[in-house]
Amino acid sequence: MSGYYFAWACCLALVVFLVVLLRRRRLREKYALTWIVVALGVCVLGAFPGVIENIATAVGVVTPSNLLFAMALILLLAVCIQLSVEITGLEEETRTLAEELALLRFDVETLQGSNAPEGTSTAPDGATTTPDGPTGSSGGSRRGA
Amino acid sequence: MTGDRPPNLLIVLPAWNEEEALPGVLRELHEALPTADLLVVNDGSTDRTSAVARRAGAMVVDLPLNLGVGGAMRAGYKFAARNDYDIAVQVDADGQHAPADVARVVGALATEQADVVIGARFAGTGSYEVGGPRRWAMKLLSLSLSKVAGTRLTDTTSGFKASNRRAITLFAADYPAEYLGDTIESLVIASRAGLTIRQVGVEMRPRQGGTPSHNPAKAALFLGRAVLALVIALSRPAATAAGEKS
Repeated sequence: MSGYYFAWACCLALVVFLVVLLRRRRLREKYALTWIVVALGVCVLGAFPGVIENIATAVGVVTPSNLLFAMALILLLAVCIQLSVEITGLEEETRTLAEELALLRFDVETLQGSNAPEGTSTAPDGATTTPDGPTGSSGGSRRGA
Repeated sequence: MTGDRPPNLLIVLPAWNEEEALPGVLRELHEALPTADLLVVNDGSTDRTSAVARRAGAMVVDLPLNLGVGGAMRAGYKFAARNDYDIAVQVDADGQHAPADVARVVGALATEQADVVIGARFAGTGSYEVGGPRRWAMKLLSLSLSKVAGTRLTDTTSGFKASNRRAITLFAADYPAEYLGDTIESLVIASRAGLTIRQVGVEMRPRQGGTPSHNPAKAALFLGRAVLALVIALSRPAATAAGEKS
C-alpha cells in the first residue's frame, strides 16, 4: 500500500512545482494549464485506483495499467506536437524581427549618412569614387556576428 | 531612402560568407547596369561580406541571424516594396549568374508580360550539367511546376529571378525561409496567386570564389526533400494575393 502513498506524493509534488513555476513567471499559463490538469488527474487516479479499473472496463482494455500507458503516450505526443508548433511560430517571429531590425538599421545608417551609396549618389559606384569612410567606422565595428 | 527619386531597378544579392566573390560580382553588375541599385542582404555572415559590399558601393542590409536564402530574400523584397522599386532581381552573390543576363531577364518582364521571370540554366543557353538523383529531382520538379505555372519551366531551383511590383508585394509578405522554399515553394505561391511566370535561358558560370553551399553528397536527399517541399506547397491554401488563380 505504501507504493500508492509514494505515487500520490509524487503527483502532489508535481502540482506544487507547477504552481511555483507559474508564480515565479517561469511558465506561461497557457502551457501550465495542461500540466496542472494532468497532474490533478493523476492525483485522483493515485488516490482512487479503482477509477482507472472502471474506465478500462468501460473502454474494453483488459489490463488497466495498459490504458494508463497508452493515455500517457498520447498525451506526451500531443505535448510534443504542441511544442513543435510553438517553436515554428517563434522562429517565424524571430525571422520577422530580424528582417525588421536589419531594415531599420539600414534606415538609421542612411539617416546618419553613413551608408556610402546613399550619401553620394543613388547608383553605387566603384571603389574609387565612394571611399569607404563609413565602412571603417560603422560597418566593421558594429557587426558582432 | 532620402528625397532622391529611387531608380526603378533593384538587384538583390543574398550573401552568406561571400567576401571573396562579392566585390567582383558587384563591379560587374554595376558595369552592366549602371542605373540599377545594388542591395546586398548579408545573411548573418561571419566573414567580412558586409564591409566588402559597402566598400564596393552597394547598399547593405545586415541580418543579425542566418535566415537562409529565403529569409534574406524576403528582407530584400520588403526593402524593394518599402522603397518603391518597380523591379527586383535576385542574383546569386557567388558570381554564377552573368550580369549581362540580368538585362535580358528584366526585359522579359515587359516583353512576355510576366510578373516573375526565371533565369533558367537548362533553357538552351550555356552549358550547366548536373547528374544523378539531383538531375531526376530537377526533371520531376520542372515537369510538375510547369503544370502548376501553366508554362514551360526547365529550371525551378534557379536563384536568378526578376519580379515586378505585383510579385514584390506578394513575396515581401510570403517568401518561405525553408529549404527549397525560396525556389520551389515561392513559384507555387506566385502561380497560385495568379502571377504569370516565364523563363529565359541564361548562362551559368563557375563560382568566382567561396565554397558551394550544395554538398554533392546530399544530392540524393535533395530528391526527397524537393518532392516533400513541392507536395506540401501544393497542398497549402493559395496565398491571398493581388489576383485570382489562373
